[in-house]
Amino acid sequence: MTFLHKYPKAAKVAKANFIVAFIALAIGGLFGFVQALHRTNVFRGFINSGEYYTLLTGHGVLLALIFTTFFIAGLFVWGVTRSLDREPENLTFTWSWFWLMTIGLVMATVAILGGLVPDSSIRAAVLYTFYPPLQAHPMFYIGLALVLIGSWMAGADWFWSYRKWRADNPNERIPILTFMTLFTMLMWYVCTIGLALEVVGLLIPWSLGWVTEIEPLLPRTLFWFFGHAVVYFWLLPAYYVWYAILPKLSGGRLFSDSMTRIVFVIFLLLSTPVGYHHQYADAGISVGFKFYAMATTLLLLLPSLITLFTVVASMEHGARQRGGKGYLKWIGKLPWDSPAFVGCAFAGIMFAAGGFSGMINASMNINLLIHNTIWVPGHFHLTVGTAVALTFMAITYWLLPQLTGRKLKHKTLALIQPYAWFLGMTLMSNAMHRAGLAGVPRRTAEPEYMGFDFEPIFGTMAEMKWQIAIGGTILTISLILFLWVVVASWLAGEKSDKPVDDHIPEPLSGVEHTPAILDNMKLWFTLALVLVVLAYAFPLWEMVADGIFSPGALPRPS
Amino acid sequence: MHIHKFEQFWIKLSFVLIAFFIATVVYGFVAMDLKVIGDHATIDPQNLEDTPFGNPGVREVTRNGQTEYEVYVQTIQFAFNPGTAQPIEVPVDTRVTFYVTSPDVLHGFDVAGTNLNTMAIPGQVAKFTTIFPEVREYGIVCNEYCGPAHHVMEGKIKVVPKSEFDISNLVE
Repeated sequence: MTFLHKYPKAAKVAKANFIVAFIALAIGGLFGFVQALHRTNVFRGFINSGEYYTLLTGHGVLLALIFTTFFIAGLFVWGVTRSLDREPENLTFTWSWFWLMTIGLVMATVAILGGLVPDSSIRAAVLYTFYPPLQAHPMFYIGLALVLIGSWMAGADWFWSYRKWRADNPNERIPILTFMTLFTMLMWYVCTIGLALEVVGLLIPWSLGWVTEIEPLLPRTLFWFFGHAVVYFWLLPAYYVWYAILPKLSGGRLFSDSMTRIVFVIFLLLSTPVGYHHQYADAGISVGFKFYAMATTLLLLLPSLITLFTVVASMEHGARQRGGKGYLKWIGKLPWDSPAFVGCAFAGIMFAAGGFSGMINASMNINLLIHNTIWVPGHFHLTVGTAVALTFMAITYWLLPQLTGRKLKHKTLALIQPYAWFLGMTLMSNAMHRAGLAGVPRRTAEPEYMGFDFEPIFGTMAEMKWQIAIGGTILTISLILFLWVVVASWLAGEKSDKPVDDHIPEPLSGVEHTPAILDNMKLWFTLALVLVVLAYAFPLWEMVADGIFSPGALPRPS
Repeated sequence: MHIHKFEQFWIKLSFVLIAFFIATVVYGFVAMDLKVIGDHATIDPQNLEDTPFGNPGVREVTRNGQTEYEVYVQTIQFAFNPGTAQPIEVPVDTRVTFYVTSPDVLHGFDVAGTNLNTMAIPGQVAKFTTIFPEVREYGIVCNEYCGPAHHVMEGKIKVVPKSEFDISNLVE
């Protein structure tokens, strides 16, 4: 018996979400490959430089917003169903959020790809941050709003299951997989207030022409109200995997249930009131509020450092169970031949590197050296592009057999895949960071200028360019390997009652040691809202006090 | 709650690290004058003509008995005015205050390889002050996507010796 046989309805929902996620991953990844070659001027024959921005928008939206959201939905359906031992409460409701999100994604994607059709009026080359007054077709914003509403309904679905379970189990602690899901979704509800206000309140009426002028700073600020917490919406499901599943894959058990819950509580509290750290270089927000955002941002280092400890301790425990000895020699006893383990472990290592560049980004005045340079995508290709994406790919090798009842095929290719991703990302991202230090901007089709040359501090511009192009190519190959393994296993894997060992052992320090207050969702949700009000109430009031749409700028085509 | 003693140590160490980072930033602020842009002023982006931005360029001002310079820059799709058609010329070792705004869309104003880096947001005036310590040229890059020809948007700052600074290029 595996997940598919116990919960066939939930398995179908999870699989549908994964199919959409992987299609988005394939298209978004292909765009990334074209960009890597175009930007570095290795090959510019696929598109012209104006179309580059359409591809860049597609890359960002399909990977950062669509791949992640659908994969997370599938992962959470699996975890909630399994840990509460219940199928979804009402399948009509469950499928309606899935289809709502899918319709939204198709609308947004059609609007973006319209930019590749000459003279098309349907365009959305506004990048995944869609700052006005650059204006996309209304279909783009409406599509995004539908994805957002669908994701809210998905969260409601999991809370519904939880309430039903709670009625049957009044004295039980929230199972850890459900705990992590619900806290991630609580954080999602807090941060998406900003996105909903921006897209539904400002951008949709404006793109439909109901209002002409827009004040650029207000939607930009509302975007970043959402825009940093969204990275934790991607990251927390990766943490979910590292806490709940990675210890098992290493042959051991989770080190501490309490610390796991504490980490998720801190993320709920601090994920949203940090948004101004994306606006350190903006006029119109006072230095005091930027400082508050910096302090909360740096405090967020704490849950990530605790995670580092707990995850490494769990892995060490696993390695010692497998016969590992010594201070460091145990590392060799980890299952370096298991694709799911290797992917998660490399994702964790790269996240540590991304964390270091993140500390620079967070440090207000140091940030100005690298703000909006290619350093920033160098940073988030380590975090979302590896810590999250590689974890999701790796755990697919373990989840897919449970959802399809089929064994994984091509294990060697699946094992090469995370090693290739690690290599490709090491090349690409170190070069991006160093180029950013020299001032090379992000989000540009041709980072070559007539009047001056960049002066790199380490290395040469030519060497960085080739590392980005070759790294991007290796990443593309790794992605193709992943998709090949998934499709082959899904369609032709050997059917089995137990296609993978899906048992998750109890933590070393279990829930009996965990204070009950950590499960008090109302308390933590209220505190999170208070922290957001402290950060945002006054600056937002200042922006709207002179009129919501003023000082107003006119829309410009994208 | 049971927290392993190694983990307790690790958590304390984490707090020390966080305090160290915050202290670094504050030290930069206070001791090295490394400030960030704050809340200066709003402006009507559709009516820049009636403001100093209507006549962009370098102005000479006297502040506290010192001669200083103010530079008003408009960022437009796809040029810096001034900066692109003619370089922004300023003297070395002198306080220079930049005022940057945009009449159309978001742009960036980044002096490549330095920490002079601000967003140009329609409706907001970004203000920052610097002293250029050496005679040389700097490139200005638009580092926020601003439309299909974003990648051609560049400019130049020319820092000249005080003796060679040509005041005939100043605007009133």
